[in-house]
Amino acid sequence: MSTQPDLLYSEEEEALRAAVRDLLTDHCDAAGVIARSESDAPHDLSLWKALADGMGLAGLLVPEDRGGQGATHREAAVVLEELGRAVAPVPYLTSAVIATEALLACRDGGDLLAGLASGREIGALAVGLHTAPGAAYATVRAEGGVLHGELSGIADAAVAGLLLVPADDGGLYAVEAGVVTVTPQVSLDLTRPVARVALDGAPGRRLGDAGPAVRRALRAGAGLLASEQLGSAEWSLTETVRYLKDRKQFNRPVGGFQALKHRLAQLWLDAVGLRAAARNAADALATGEDTDVAVAVAQACAAPVAVRAAEEALQLHGGIGMTWEHPVHLHLKRAKANSIALGTAGAHREALAELVDLRAP
Amino acid sequence: MTDATEMRRRTQELLAARPPAGTERLDFLRARFDAGLAWVHFPEGLGGLGAPRSLQAVVDAELAAAGAPDNDPRRIGIGLGMAAPTILQYGTEEQKRRFLRPLWTGEEVWCQLFSEPGAGSDLAALGTRAVREGDDWVVDGQKVWTSSAHLARWAILIARTDPEVPKHRGITYFVCDMTDPGVEVRPLRQITGEAEFNEVFLTGVRIPDSRRLGEVGDGWRVAQTTLNNERVAIGGMRLPREGGMIGPVAKTWRERPALRTHDLHQRLLKLWVEAEVARLTGERLRQQLVAGQPGPEGAGMKLAFARLNQEISGLEVELRGEEGLLYDDWTMRRPELVDFTGRDAGYRYLRSKGNSIEGGTSEVLLNIVAERVLGLPAEPRTDKDVAWKDLAR
Repeated sequence: MSTQPDLLYSEEEEALRAAVRDLLTDHCDAAGVIARSESDAPHDLSLWKALADGMGLAGLLVPEDRGGQGATHREAAVVLEELGRAVAPVPYLTSAVIATEALLACRDGGDLLAGLASGREIGALAVGLHTAPGAAYATVRAEGGVLHGELSGIADAAVAGLLLVPADDGGLYAVEAGVVTVTPQVSLDLTRPVARVALDGAPGRRLGDAGPAVRRALRAGAGLLASEQLGSAEWSLTETVRYLKDRKQFNRPVGGFQALKHRLAQLWLDAVGLRAAARNAADALATGEDTDVAVAVAQACAAPVAVRAAEEALQLHGGIGMTWEHPVHLHLKRAKANSIALGTAGAHREALAELVDLRAP
Repeated sequence: MTDATEMRRRTQELLAARPPAGTERLDFLRARFDAGLAWVHFPEGLGGLGAPRSLQAVVDAELAAAGAPDNDPRRIGIGLGMAAPTILQYGTEEQKRRFLRPLWTGEEVWCQLFSEPGAGSDLAALGTRAVREGDDWVVDGQKVWTSSAHLARWAILIARTDPEVPKHRGITYFVCDMTDPGVEVRPLRQITGEAEFNEVFLTGVRIPDSRRLGEVGDGWRVAQTTLNNERVAIGGMRLPREGGMIGPVAKTWRERPALRTHDLHQRLLKLWVEAEVARLTGERLRQQLVAGQPGPEGAGMKLAFARLNQEISGLEVELRGEEGLLYDDWTMRRPELVDFTGRDAGYRYLRSKGNSIEGGTSEVLLNIVAERVLGLPAEPRTDKDVAWKDLAR
């Protein structure tokens, strides 16, 4: 490492956080997210419009001369922290990060970038959400200029107008959603639902090589997912602390019992660690230094922290935490799905074994 | 006046007046103190220049480049880190002049007489008595976990001067002469085989009132200065990747493939990640301090490192297989310096058990995080308004 990573938030990043949080406070309350999650339109497209059109946040990773904001992964990470805190049902990670990074890696398709950057077009990389950077993924058949096959576990495909589809000839193809069949799958995380995508002679436009594009997209997605997981873990901790100060049993606030205080202090410690790891990954993606290790460390750390935070939040809320009306289940489901998304913690530890030369027997 | 250029000029002036090559170590250190270059943030006349603390690095770099001797800070950590800031804040002018110079040069080593067999986590319950007799205080009691007591000339001491009031209010802070009659130091042997700490028995020790620090009965508040500086001293170091206890384990893993098993591999990778995350957390904390935005994260660092040191060294003993059955040396020794990563895996495993006890147990630190950082309610207190003499013991 030639330079130290910058692990802090700049004033501009804090201002960005405040703006996103204000918007989400006004337009993304938990009751609304819960009600929407069971409707025919689980994604909140008016919120997406406000984030993308209103604030220009879908184009953070796209250079200005290609229709974006020319910001970096550091700013996108701050946005994701806030979206994670609110479990916002918007395709930010999938379109503004993963699909955008895939397009940025391709030789052709530059004309599609401006659409994603503006948020008017939503993109989805047609690779199963569970896929780790560098892992194998399913492809469709490219035959006679058209594509055949079925892919599953594609996050946010239900709202995507543009699918980026890897084919067996090694190419990554741009396919319009109108020419494929997208079937929503009943998903554990209703706020980031997955879908099956069937192509039956669908026309596609080859943008470039799938291998490097998918790898780059998944690596950026995995690195920034850690910030979303941080936001969720912070919500679980803050909300549980608030509740336990208020909730009284045995003539005392429940939060005064040492057994519970120690559990919350431990969660806080874990969140402090995750913040450092997530900032490190975002900074490494922005600078291009030490990126593989930084992303793998963040992902090996993030899921266990976020899942445990949500599980502890549920337990420490007692009965109310088990109800459909309380938002803790949104975080539990998101955190658990995220623990598989873009590679499990174990998959990232295995990647580290190679990266830092701690090889298996 | 006190910018980096000025610091360099003053340092070069000192080096010209006392070339390190031709100057006795102690003479050089005394001259450095008198030039205000010992701790530049201290006041003039007391080894400093009233300059920002950050300028110390400029002085240290110049002196190191010139091959000047240092005051071996690891050997006199308690004096530098705990006694000095307390003397500076609460000492009389006379006390500051008498104590700070030989403390900084290392001519006089300091130790800390705080913990007692009956007052560990509940330090304020301490029972060592100090009774006023004319111009003196007569001290009787027993202290424990005192590192450097056998080397020390002076000790910072807290003792009970009023048993009739609640425990926090009846304590007074003194400087105790370790060479006085009635001070008896006995080594306290630890599970590692060595005696890094001591027990100190105080029997009729006479301390003149002129060696009291702060007001009578105000010792608990004075001790907070000492203890807060202890926590500052523990955090804030910059580590490279694999810089801590994970380093030797990773090295062994790479060099000796025959020791590898699948179970150990899974556990090693987990701990490697946790060590890297702890390192990044420390680095983030350091960046916050430099940027002038200190956060509460420091409270957690000691907790994280205590657990990691224990788990990593435990894994290392297992990794060594047959060699893990051995121990380098059980000989009773009294080391002057403590190095948590020194010696072999078995020593590291045993010594790191102390990391979750010394300087505040992990259980107490979790309480501190819960109450001061998260704002959760304190435990119900049954000792608050009870005179010390009526407490359960």
